[in-house]
Amino acid sequence: MSTFVSRLQDNRHALGLLFMIPAALVLVVFLTYPLGLGTWLGFTDAKIGRPGEFVGLENFEYLWGDAVTRLALFNTIFYTVVASVIKFLLGLWLALLLNKHLPFKAFFRAIVLLPFIVPTALSAIAFWWIYDSQFSIISWALMRMGIIHEYIDFLGQPWHARFATIAANIWRGVPFVAITLLAGLQTISPSYYEAASLDGASPWQQFRHVTLPLLTPIIAVVMTFSVLFTFTDFQLIYVLTRGGPLNSTHLMATLAFQRGISGGSLGEGAAIATAMVPFLLAAIMVSYYGLQRRAWQQGGTDK
Amino acid sequence: MNSTAATATATPEVTDTQGMNYLVSLPRRIVTVYVPLFAFLIVLLFPFYWMAVTTFKPNEELLSREGNPFWVRNPTLAHVKKLLFDTAYPDWLWNTVLISVVATVLSLFCSVLAAYAIERLRFKGSRYVGMSIFLAYLVPPSILFIPLATVVYKLQLFDTRLALILTYPTFLIPFCTWLLMGYFKSIPFELEECALIDGASRWQILMKIVLPLAVPGLISAGIFAFTLSWNEFIYALTFVSSSEVKTVPVGVVTELVEGDVYHWGSLMAGALFGSLPVAVLYSFFVEYYVSGLTGAVKE
Repeated sequence: MSTFVSRLQDNRHALGLLFMIPAALVLVVFLTYPLGLGTWLGFTDAKIGRPGEFVGLENFEYLWGDAVTRLALFNTIFYTVVASVIKFLLGLWLALLLNKHLPFKAFFRAIVLLPFIVPTALSAIAFWWIYDSQFSIISWALMRMGIIHEYIDFLGQPWHARFATIAANIWRGVPFVAITLLAGLQTISPSYYEAASLDGASPWQQFRHVTLPLLTPIIAVVMTFSVLFTFTDFQLIYVLTRGGPLNSTHLMATLAFQRGISGGSLGEGAAIATAMVPFLLAAIMVSYYGLQRRAWQQGGTDK
Repeated sequence: MNSTAATATATPEVTDTQGMNYLVSLPRRIVTVYVPLFAFLIVLLFPFYWMAVTTFKPNEELLSREGNPFWVRNPTLAHVKKLLFDTAYPDWLWNTVLISVVATVLSLFCSVLAAYAIERLRFKGSRYVGMSIFLAYLVPPSILFIPLATVVYKLQLFDTRLALILTYPTFLIPFCTWLLMGYFKSIPFELEECALIDGASRWQILMKIVLPLAVPGLISAGIFAFTLSWNEFIYALTFVSSSEVKTVPVGVVTELVEGDVYHWGSLMAGALFGSLPVAVLYSFFVEYYVSGLTGAVKE
């Protein structure tokens, strides 16, 4: 750097802090403070309209013994694991398809992302109609094909509802995984594939030993985000089932809303939300470090 | 059908990427590429088609299991008319536009200054500030909405548009700042040094050199922030309760779904018209949107 810039050193630090003020103000008041407040609320018996008293671990003890909370925890883990794995596999497949020389490639790529950019609450409404117990188009089509003999009650039975909501989540998440992985695929030089095929590598070997290792770092990041979105999902469940039937689709987030906002027990709701944090961190650790480590083992950079 | 494997060359099928694709026979390409691709497209686009078909279907066709449900025989505008004139939908649409635009502009303003300070001024501790911005980006709204509701209530913002305008930046600023930091990083320092030597102030440098060069980044961040605000649900559901302040996603879900008889036609019309604005905007700026999405993930 030039000496002129270094003479501005003091000025630079002051100016930097000055420039940070607007963002810092918003983030401290509406993000950092609530984050701390939420943790604190989890240890109180606050209700809507009544500031709570500190009750120690009471909320957490109660929730640990609460069958609905345990079920919600199971649902959240099941939902996250199943949806994330399928989103990854389908997303990777779609990315590989889109990475080929195709006519109208840009057009395909553009429309693939549509499910991700429209409001989830609104597309969930469309799924609600698609899953309707009496007029479901899926049931109608399966009936016509003679596969089933009566309409499927998609959202009325626990396991049906679980898989129906997972399917809707996958529908929304695959485009994100596919488009971001496609960006990763496009950075891989074609010369690697030429070299591999000249050495007689089969398409599977090329995928296994060229594509996958080079793609692993971006897979790690994409799947971390995907797991984060899925674990904290709220709107899809809220619109499709509100947690029912028999709490079988309640996720931690929807349960926190039901207890904290609809039920008015802010403390309990905050405790459920706080309880998500360790699981969330664990999920991020597994998807991020798990995959990063593999990248390192395979000679990738240890970021 | 598969003749490529039998060829004597050392290069059999290459199905992965560019390079030697011309060696793959057409029938094989159809089975391995076009059929799955079209299956994906049909599944991904079907819900939108279904929204549109339902919007224009008269009730007797909607509630009948006879005939071909995939097409409309007697299209009607009755559902659209009901939505626009018998519900508060126009209000919700206006609220959504207003809140999204103001929250986006506010976030861009804060983010440009923050990103410039972190990435270009490199003030003392800027590295840590940059890290904490990234961490803030990872905080999901679903663990924040309960304490945030009490904050909103204490500030007497409950049930106002301002509540949403001020809370949306909590996820927009970290995202936009992170994205813009990447763009600012790519602008050569020499340009700034030259301007400093010529006597330009930092403010002039930001306005006349850095920002014009970062226009693609600003567009990406702006488009992304706008769609994120438009799609936001949990804050809008929690912080607002009167019909005239609601946004489209919340209004459709909470007010059009009442009682046991679902008005599927107007529900789907509501979903369709709530999705179209973002879809149209997106179609104009696909490249910026994708670069924003991938840029934010790649960093």
